[in-house]
Amino acid sequence: MPTSPSDADPCGPYDLAVIGAGPAGLAGAVAAADQGLRCALIDAGARPGGQYYRHPAPGLRAARPDRLHHHWPVFAELADRLAAHRAAGRISYLPHHHVHLLERREPWRLHAATGADGSGRATLRAAAVLLATGAYERQLPFPGWTLPGVVTAGGAQAMLKAGLVLPGRRIVVAGSGPLLLAAAASLTAAGAEVPAIVEASTYLGYARRPGVLAATPGKLAEGVAHGAALARHRVRLHRASAVVEAHGGRGVAPAGGWERVEAVTVARLDADWRPVPGTERRIECDALAIGHGLVPQLELATELGAATRVVPDGTVALRVDARQLTSVPGLWAAGETCGVGGAELALAEGELAALAIAGRAPVAGLLSRRRRLRAFAELMAAAHRPGAGWSDWLRPETEVCRCEEVTAGAIGEAVERLGATDARTVKLLTRAGMGWCQGRMCSSAVACLAGMAEPVADSRPLSGPVRLGDLAALPED
Amino acid sequence: MRRTPARLAAAEPEPAHTIEFDGRPIPALPGQTIAAALWAQGIVAWRRTRGAGRPRGAFCGIGACFDCLATVNGRPNQRTCLLPAEPGDTVTTQEGHGHADLAV
Repeated sequence: MPTSPSDADPCGPYDLAVIGAGPAGLAGAVAAADQGLRCALIDAGARPGGQYYRHPAPGLRAARPDRLHHHWPVFAELADRLAAHRAAGRISYLPHHHVHLLERREPWRLHAATGADGSGRATLRAAAVLLATGAYERQLPFPGWTLPGVVTAGGAQAMLKAGLVLPGRRIVVAGSGPLLLAAAASLTAAGAEVPAIVEASTYLGYARRPGVLAATPGKLAEGVAHGAALARHRVRLHRASAVVEAHGGRGVAPAGGWERVEAVTVARLDADWRPVPGTERRIECDALAIGHGLVPQLELATELGAATRVVPDGTVALRVDARQLTSVPGLWAAGETCGVGGAELALAEGELAALAIAGRAPVAGLLSRRRRLRAFAELMAAAHRPGAGWSDWLRPETEVCRCEEVTAGAIGEAVERLGATDARTVKLLTRAGMGWCQGRMCSSAVACLAGMAEPVADSRPLSGPVRLGDLAALPED
Repeated sequence: MRRTPARLAAAEPEPAHTIEFDGRPIPALPGQTIAAALWAQGIVAWRRTRGAGRPRGAFCGIGACFDCLATVNGRPNQRTCLLPAEPGDTVTTQEGHGHADLAV
């Protein structure tokens, strides 16, 4: 397995290394190769497409992967172009490569863990880097959210798209954001019963900027299509509501004799997402798919000091200029890393970044598409921004950090008695965010509980767990 | 006809192979991850936490949360949502950090 730069890039440094093979990275890599750049397309996953275009493994022989996706022909065309560039030697596609360290040198050094189990390692060199690492889901904890059968909405989607499996038969979909409608539509199409979609926002936020909506008719059409599919399956949409507790039991499909979710309590929320007493109702289910929007995955860039901005949904994204260049010379970004905005925007940004890296002028149509879709993304972000009252549904014994099993009570003590005012201090006092997932599941919640008014980008030297031996073995040159 | 994920995607998978989960045989379709094969059998937990010993299984499904860790072929802390199920794999419920043999 490659351990030195010369093994991984035998022809010398690449012109461009693209990290992430989702919509932004794929579009960026093929557009850069179109311009004659020699590219490495590096991805943690097994197949190109990222989370959005995740699709069944070849062994499952799915004749109609398009039924699991919107806009499948767009991906099919990108995949064809990728194959042609690979055959011509213009793109090295490197799946199962998780870049955990980006070294700012001439040329850039990218250090990755390789293989399905992450046990190998590789180092690549490249003159420029395009960061297209996408996003992961934001979670807000509630009592019972660690029960087996409670999964993320994106996770339910991912397992369905790649493995053709469902977490249960009767699945409540809850949280906030457009992903909930998409997840519920695919789960019902795949045979699950979805007794309820529970959305914390009112959707009224979208109506505040009718001009932005009118300029992105595709987004409205998508929403209408999901709505029609859900109406056909009699899925009930509860707005301004949240799952405030998941109940476990052994009555329904026991998980190896262990308890699993068997019902949820749904309550109405006020405008600040505070549960309204007396509005609780119980919904039976054997699985719950939950998510509160997406968080841009930025560690590789923030560790290098790249400038960030706060998005209206309360997340932090990279600040890029009109060419998609970050504040770090030679480090470009596209897609969700610049603020969550969906696949169509990611495709436009990936292509724009590639043109700029190749020294070409931007295409006017791409610029206007980016402007329209970015405006919609900011509107969507504001519409689903979590209200501060969500923490009212926590109990002292509710786990907030799933890895280190740190409760809301322990975090409350760190804040109220020990004087912590930020997530980092809470981490040092309680270990919340110090576990395997590096705070990806809990850091949004911990920042809120610590009373931080503005989110700050998490700074982590390594963007994934790495064995000490692998660090010691990093090549010197 | 009942709707299923395989019917939706018009999948005609290659024949299933077998993995072992806590001593019992589990069918797995070629290309499925270990977590997917377990979900297909209605199994949603295969780890107990280090602290309170609570059951966990796949949560994020994309390799980010590390809740789906299990011991695979004797190696603990494997992310089953990423790891393809290979014929003959032995998967065992992971207790805590999975290194009881080290007595740490």
